[in-house]
Amino acid sequence: MAVITYREALNQALREEMKRDPRVFLIGEEIGLYEGAYKVTQGLLKEFGPTRVVDTPIAESGFTGVGIGAAMVGLRPVVEMMTFNFALLALDQIVNSAAKLYYMSGGQYNVPLVIRGPGGPAHQLAAQHSQSMETYFYHVPGLKVVRPSTPADAKGLLKSAIRDDNPVIFIESETLYALKGEVPDDPDFIIPLGEAVVRREGRDATVVAYMGMMYRAMEAAEELEKEGISIEIVDPRTLRPMDTATIVGSVRKTHRAVVVEAGAGFAGMGSEIAAFITEQAFDDLDAPIERVTGASAPMPYARNLEKAKTPSKEKIVEAVRRVCYANGS
Amino acid sequence: MAQKTTTPRTASKANGGPSLDIDAELARKLLTDMMLIRRFEEKAAEAYALGKIGGFLHLSIGEEAVAAGVTSVLRTEDYAISTYREHGHCLVKGSDPRRMMAELFGRRDGLSKGKGGSMHLFDKSVNFLGGHAIVGAHLPLAAGVGFAIKYQGGDEVCVCYFGDGAVPEGEFHEALNLSALWKLPVVYVCENNRYAMGTSLERALAQTEIWKFGQVYNIPCEPVDGMDVLAVREVIARAVDRARAEKTPSLIEARTYRFRGHSMRDPAGAVYRTKEEVEREKQRDPIVLFRERVLAAGLVTEADVRTIEKDVNDLIDDAVAFAEASPEPPPEWLLTDIFKES
Repeated sequence: MAVITYREALNQALREEMKRDPRVFLIGEEIGLYEGAYKVTQGLLKEFGPTRVVDTPIAESGFTGVGIGAAMVGLRPVVEMMTFNFALLALDQIVNSAAKLYYMSGGQYNVPLVIRGPGGPAHQLAAQHSQSMETYFYHVPGLKVVRPSTPADAKGLLKSAIRDDNPVIFIESETLYALKGEVPDDPDFIIPLGEAVVRREGRDATVVAYMGMMYRAMEAAEELEKEGISIEIVDPRTLRPMDTATIVGSVRKTHRAVVVEAGAGFAGMGSEIAAFITEQAFDDLDAPIERVTGASAPMPYARNLEKAKTPSKEKIVEAVRRVCYANGS
Repeated sequence: MAQKTTTPRTASKANGGPSLDIDAELARKLLTDMMLIRRFEEKAAEAYALGKIGGFLHLSIGEEAVAAGVTSVLRTEDYAISTYREHGHCLVKGSDPRRMMAELFGRRDGLSKGKGGSMHLFDKSVNFLGGHAIVGAHLPLAAGVGFAIKYQGGDEVCVCYFGDGAVPEGEFHEALNLSALWKLPVVYVCENNRYAMGTSLERALAQTEIWKFGQVYNIPCEPVDGMDVLAVREVIARAVDRARAEKTPSLIEARTYRFRGHSMRDPAGAVYRTKEEVEREKQRDPIVLFRERVLAAGLVTEADVRTIEKDVNDLIDDAVAFAEASPEPPPEWLLTDIFKES
């Protein structure tokens, strides 16, 4: 076990999977010579050469389509979106081709493809470069969607994504790349897709959160602990397929739930999580589920407005207090 | 037409006259392929009128020389990828007309188990990579197939069919640029039938000489008479050789015409083009033109033509009967083939 950054963990996963399987190649903007806009692919061009680390011009739809076509005939591409905001230019390729080819072909052509890169709120990058992108993908049957919150998850889940026979949307975060954590060295270390994890055990309420929001929930937990409120934090890690059993199991224990998401709320991940908790564990709930979401506005640039846009520790604390002091009966 | 158009290459010119540089076997093969497509689609149109085929049905009647000419120079292991007007491309690539028709009927024995329909024919057994129904979207996929061929050190070629309607799409330009930049073994075949649904070339493109976009991307490019199966064959043969031997992509503009409407919901195709134009173009029916030429050259006899016609009709009647007899897909198939289990 070594302590490395989230960025290094991703880099290790790519390197190990490229060594393991010659069909794996990387393609995207500035990933080779420039070594990645966020240096996730650092050193890989030197190690694997330009056939397997392919720099592209700025043509997201084009190179995503290249990945899909190559995957149809036997390769295992890892497409980098410099940021996931740019994936909207390739949305048709992802939704209408990658996600549906296996189904439309009656099981003849699967698409073993990973599309990875950073997404979610960043620091003062304003409306077009700072937004939660998962919502555009997890709605689509045929796509798997991963949001890894820790360095170990980043490595273990990326390796699983590359080994998966289906298209996987793998959204990292600019704000986490420098985060350090313990990561297994074992090249066979993987974390299966579709398994949530309990980040912190607790008694009084379940908080579901991932990525930056998970860390804010951890801070909220410290504060609530002082008030004698113990919260359990569940990180879904994979948004689709969603590990509903772990989340519902936690709610059955605590009888209260708060769902946190950085996105703008309406029809967001929180809505879906609240819906399946209600469907599967209504009788276990002692209070209505609370959602803590980003404001329904594009991301502003000004520091104070940006702060107000994104869920804060305080908002999570308040929501937990409300569900704990509320009595739904 | 406002712009002066380039006269495309025809085989008779290239070969210097009526004596055809093909043997009887190839003559029969090309004629059979074109007649097979024509008959398949005529019967599909009948089935559509009877409500046995639903949704959209796009016929390529009038355009058969392109599919037949292109495919005649491919090897079995070469790839083809196409649009929603792909029956002909799939059929002559070697797909089973029975399973194709069953797919159009939405039945369990269809190529895609009834989940794809007319617009989404796929047949992995003959490397037919599908009918794709978002205009322009499959051109980057073709580049990806070319990329994979090169990556794996193969010498296969990928042929990508698309219509003139895809040319104004960004993906046409992205795919051409990437293929040229990376030298990918892809032959882009534009079936220019002059109308993107109801929008004529002149209303859609600032440059109506589509082949010239190849010059922009610095790849070999030329127009060809798409009603002349031998001309198509000759031009595509060169493009395929370049792709195979030198990994050089090409853009070929095959000038053709669809005798029917955009889809069965536009049966006459008469709002945006004149009846006179359609009738005039029908005088250049690729099947009639080729049949007359091979008869005149003595490569086939009238009796041969009748035999081919009968064989084709029997084959397609059998395909329709097979499709009719195939059951609907079982309800549980709704939720299969979404994810591949590793």
